[in-house]
Amino acid sequence: MQITVNGETEELQEPAVNLSRLLELRRVESPEMVAVQLNGEFVDMTNYPTTFLQAGDDVDFLYFMGGGSS
Amino acid sequence: MIDFTEEQLERYSRHILLDDVGVAGQEKLLQAKVIIVGAGGLGSPAALYLAAAGVGTIGIVDSDVVEVSNLQRQIAHFSADIGAAKVESAAAKMQAINPDVEVRTYREYLCAANIRKILAGYDFVIDGTDNFPTKFLVNDACVFLNIPFSHGGILRFNGQTMTVVPGQTACYRCSFRSPPPPDAVPSCAQAGVLGAVAGMLGTIQAAEALKHITGAGELLTNTLLTFDARTMAFRRIRLKKQESCPLCGPHPVITELADVERTVCTVQ
Repeated sequence: MQITVNGETEELQEPAVNLSRLLELRRVESPEMVAVQLNGEFVDMTNYPTTFLQAGDDVDFLYFMGGGSS
Repeated sequence: MIDFTEEQLERYSRHILLDDVGVAGQEKLLQAKVIIVGAGGLGSPAALYLAAAGVGTIGIVDSDVVEVSNLQRQIAHFSADIGAAKVESAAAKMQAINPDVEVRTYREYLCAANIRKILAGYDFVIDGTDNFPTKFLVNDACVFLNIPFSHGGILRFNGQTMTVVPGQTACYRCSFRSPPPPDAVPSCAQAGVLGAVAGMLGTIQAAEALKHITGAGELLTNTLLTFDARTMAFRRIRLKKQESCPLCGPHPVITELADVERTVCTVQ
């Protein structure tokens, strides 16, 4: 099944991948430092386990980025 | 209409030559008020470029003093400024670049109790803060005060920025609901940052302010621009105003400004 992650096509080898699993597959070390957008909609972290990906889905990981002043 | 002096016509000639700016745009810049939150990595280049551009009134907020570890990227501060208030150090350089500009310094730590008073009356806000509680506070205050602003963040070789026009385009909370847990957050102090990345991001933020004021081009709204300086790959992530946004959505749960944990607040 093909999905798009961060603008790039990705082939999912496993069936029934939810957002929690996708974060693992993508080796996101600190999921709490990422906001997830699925097909342009914000997904709350508490809904990752129940949000299963469908072919053609478009997922973006938005990283919290501070920096600046000090 | 402003009567430009000969010196001003010369100083701003490269703006005036631009079809999208011209004399009218330069006049708008000279009458505009922009405030920069944080006189550090992002705020330094933004402050220098806005002063050079002739933005008439520039506010700058920071409670810190210049330290030697700042100098690798906070280009408004020089070695001789170590120990000086960052706002005073930055203001001196801004005035030196362009005496047309009035610089207003706020040597304060922004918090829920003082932010409205400080930001009110400005046309555009540049967020150059280093911590998430203040980033969220700036977003919330700008939404409540209806002031467009530029969000900016940098870490290691990466940068991200978006422009928010409250009520019209996605706000920071539309995508980043609430500050991450404090123990999860690597700061520039812990993780490091390539100095020039601060300049890349801060000048994008300054350009957004200049575009907003002059009306030139299209603002970086409903878009998170991210880049990785290791490969110089830039990416635009489409964002949209979320119905579920706790701040700017149709059913807001955040209706007043509040300090988030770890925001130390001392009101003078």
